[in-house]
Amino acid sequence: MSGPVELVRNTIGRRVPTIVNGREQVPFQGVDTYRPEGMKHGPPIRSCRDYSPNGDKRVPDLRTALERCGLRDGMVISTHHHFRNGDRVALMALQTAADMGVKDLMWFPSASFPCHEPVIGLMDRGVVHHIEGSMNGPLGEYCSRGKMRGMGVLRSHGGRWQAVQDGEVKIDIAVIAAPSADPFGNCDGSHGPSACGSLGFALADSLYADRVIVVTDNLVPFPCVPWQIQGNNVDCVVVVDSVGDPSKIVSGTTQITRSPDRLLIAEYVARFLADAGIMRDGFSFQAGAGGIALAFVQFLKDLMQQAGVRARFVRGGSTQYLVQLLQDGLTDYILDGQTFDLAGVQSIASDPRHVATSPFTSYNFHGKGNFASMVDATVLGATEVDVDFNANVVTHSDGMLLHGIGGWQNCLTAGCTILALPSVRDRIPVIVDEVTTMTGPGELIDVVVTERGIAVNPRREDLLTALRGSDLPVRPIEELKEELEMMLGGPPAKPAPTDDPVAIVKWVDGTVLDTVWRVE
Amino acid sequence: MSGRGAAGRRGDDVRSDLFVSVELTDSGGRRIALESKVAAFYGRTIQEQIVLALDAYRVEHAVVRVEDQGGLPFVIAARLEAALRRTGLEAVDDARPARTVPADPPSARDRLRRSRLYLPGNEPKFMLNAGLHRPDGVILDLEDSVHPSEKDAARLLVRNALRCVEFHGAERMVRINQLPMGFEDLDAVVPEEPELILVPKTEQPEQIRMVHERILEIQQPLGSEKTIWLMPILETALGIEHAFAVATAAESVAALTIGIEDYTADLGVTKTPEGAESLYARMRVVNAARAAGVLPIDSVFGDVGDMDGLAAWAARSRGLGFEGMGCIHPRQISVIHSAFAPRPDEIAKALKIVAAFEEAQARGLAVVSLGSRMVDLPVVLRAQRLVRTARRAGLVPDTNEGGAQV
Repeated sequence: MSGPVELVRNTIGRRVPTIVNGREQVPFQGVDTYRPEGMKHGPPIRSCRDYSPNGDKRVPDLRTALERCGLRDGMVISTHHHFRNGDRVALMALQTAADMGVKDLMWFPSASFPCHEPVIGLMDRGVVHHIEGSMNGPLGEYCSRGKMRGMGVLRSHGGRWQAVQDGEVKIDIAVIAAPSADPFGNCDGSHGPSACGSLGFALADSLYADRVIVVTDNLVPFPCVPWQIQGNNVDCVVVVDSVGDPSKIVSGTTQITRSPDRLLIAEYVARFLADAGIMRDGFSFQAGAGGIALAFVQFLKDLMQQAGVRARFVRGGSTQYLVQLLQDGLTDYILDGQTFDLAGVQSIASDPRHVATSPFTSYNFHGKGNFASMVDATVLGATEVDVDFNANVVTHSDGMLLHGIGGWQNCLTAGCTILALPSVRDRIPVIVDEVTTMTGPGELIDVVVTERGIAVNPRREDLLTALRGSDLPVRPIEELKEELEMMLGGPPAKPAPTDDPVAIVKWVDGTVLDTVWRVE
Repeated sequence: MSGRGAAGRRGDDVRSDLFVSVELTDSGGRRIALESKVAAFYGRTIQEQIVLALDAYRVEHAVVRVEDQGGLPFVIAARLEAALRRTGLEAVDDARPARTVPADPPSARDRLRRSRLYLPGNEPKFMLNAGLHRPDGVILDLEDSVHPSEKDAARLLVRNALRCVEFHGAERMVRINQLPMGFEDLDAVVPEEPELILVPKTEQPEQIRMVHERILEIQQPLGSEKTIWLMPILETALGIEHAFAVATAAESVAALTIGIEDYTADLGVTKTPEGAESLYARMRVVNAARAAGVLPIDSVFGDVGDMDGLAAWAARSRGLGFEGMGCIHPRQISVIHSAFAPRPDEIAKALKIVAAFEEAQARGLAVVSLGSRMVDLPVVLRAQRLVRTARRAGLVPDTNEGGAQV
């Protein structure tokens, strides 16, 4: 990090920088307080005259495409994580930029994965200046140790859309990896050898970036049907041998956890939804692809069948288990944000009731509503939760960057937000006095389900009333915390953070919720 | 003094455990090297535990290495003590960790024993949450799940677990080794007052009498009067032949069970999912247990992936007269509990019979009738037992007392 940074306390008492990567920031003002003003960002007006009337936008290679798009020092280049840990396109783009001698890029991925570790070398060489996007594994450690020249900016999926739409981040060149595309640039993720399901994370970039490059290994003649990205927003199309490693893009199968403790948590979550009266005809829920979330769906399915209840829609992270619900008639629709396994990919490609969504429809806070707040219940994880129900998903208890935010913050507006977590990780309690890094305010978190009991936020008297007579182990969160500390040999010592900010955590409205500090 | 001792486990796959090595030296003081996954959070308290253990064994000069993967205090204490003992030392002060869970009162002789969850005695990571899965009992196993070279370490871990792990109301059982090694196990665990001891490979009533007497010998100087129940495990053809004598060998025998894996091996037959080859032995156990007035308990079902097979086995087991069976995975518990639970129609019928009996008693009638039918006394007895079982399993509200006894 370079130079001293001015810090202020936001309304929840967290010290946050006022200027990040040269841009002025608004400190968090409270949930639903900050009101945006002005117009949305717009890319420059283009003209058909500059594009071939036959619709063929192909160029020989990525370098040519980047040259045509005017790549130069200091630009913002974006990529997307539909290929997860199998992605080759992000590195291809950044490496090509390095070969072109370009410096000081800001890489703006929708998420990074372990396969992106070589970006560390590009940062060391000055090609990439900093990353605004999720960082974990080696990239997270690089940032946490204070080695990145700029500050990390962690945003939710919805927050990323908001930042792009509001012009907080102006993308110079978006590089969109597509499992199938036509020469005009229409593209889609549900077909092709590298099929990955929805391409929703790239949608904002296609609309708001100055220049858009589509990279595919499966060129089809016009028209590419269906198209999720419109070629009318695309500048160049590049055909490559392979956009990624299909075995790492989607897993053949997603595995339900075998851990008895995690299964117990999943069972409690399902029974909670039933006992609290949330599981009723026409309800909706969101579940991701974590082990507990998958198992929860299986338990809930049994309860739904016993009760003769059907959901109107489920949101995913789609997996074989959600697909099974659809096929068994237990839900009318899957609204799919990203597709995790082959069953999900096949379903989204063939079943019109399995619908691709984007962070705009699902999550964007600066729009006229979004789907996340219409979901009855959402099941999420966390690394820490405190006695006020505030939660941390981005750092480990020692302050080291651990996860991106993903859709986590956006999902907190569901009718009932449930954190499902094992209460101990390697002797470190998950329920603490104060979270290391605030990622979600406790007023939006309703229930914490652990294998040792279920804590309901006292704000949700309605849930507590509904649970009367249930034989679930509902207990005050303070009691769970004390039981853990008794068992673990006292509360854990808290490592003192340094005073050097290395990253900020944005709230869904673009304000700064908290700071991630350098770890010694 | 120069001895070496090491205990515990090391490696990337180790969780909730630690590796300790102690090398006694003649000079140089205490040189402690601690590496811990949770050093930032609990490094200081682990250091303190190391010092306490060295104090208890009066060690002034030693090189101590600890590689910790998140072991809890009771595990750390057990591993430190095992390593110190393996140097050849004996504790001068009591090195046991302070009790963090209160000693449980004795359990009822005929308490609900539908499920008992086996926990390997030298594997700390399964102990902590075992009670959360609500088995009727947990078995801290010192026998087959512990390698012969680790018996001493397992004994210390089980001892500490009995002092420090909350099992949430599960009956705490310890499976000791065959005699005479089992005596050493008793010496370690009886002072911590588990509720029940499983005695493996029982063939003769004398074995049970010896265990019973040894327990009393250990308890007497401690002033402990808690009844520690015995559950003999019959695992051989000879043991089955002696079932009744074993079940009546001591007044502390509360249940009788069978180990089918060893039994079928002893017969030289293959164990099948239907269990025809062990039917005689299992019926013999049920009969002997009922004759002796103790609970007949079935063996375990070994395929943890086959919940339907488990449910079918448990239903047959209940049909034969068993009151429970063993579990080797927590997910088996609820399947077993529902299989051994009386069905709603059975409960309803039994409640009617018990009510009719009580009404007849109140009116001084010798004949119990239900509608147009006369109810025989054995039917009343069976109904009362079923209502008792259902009540313990929470299937009948406590207010609905089935008071009068036959």
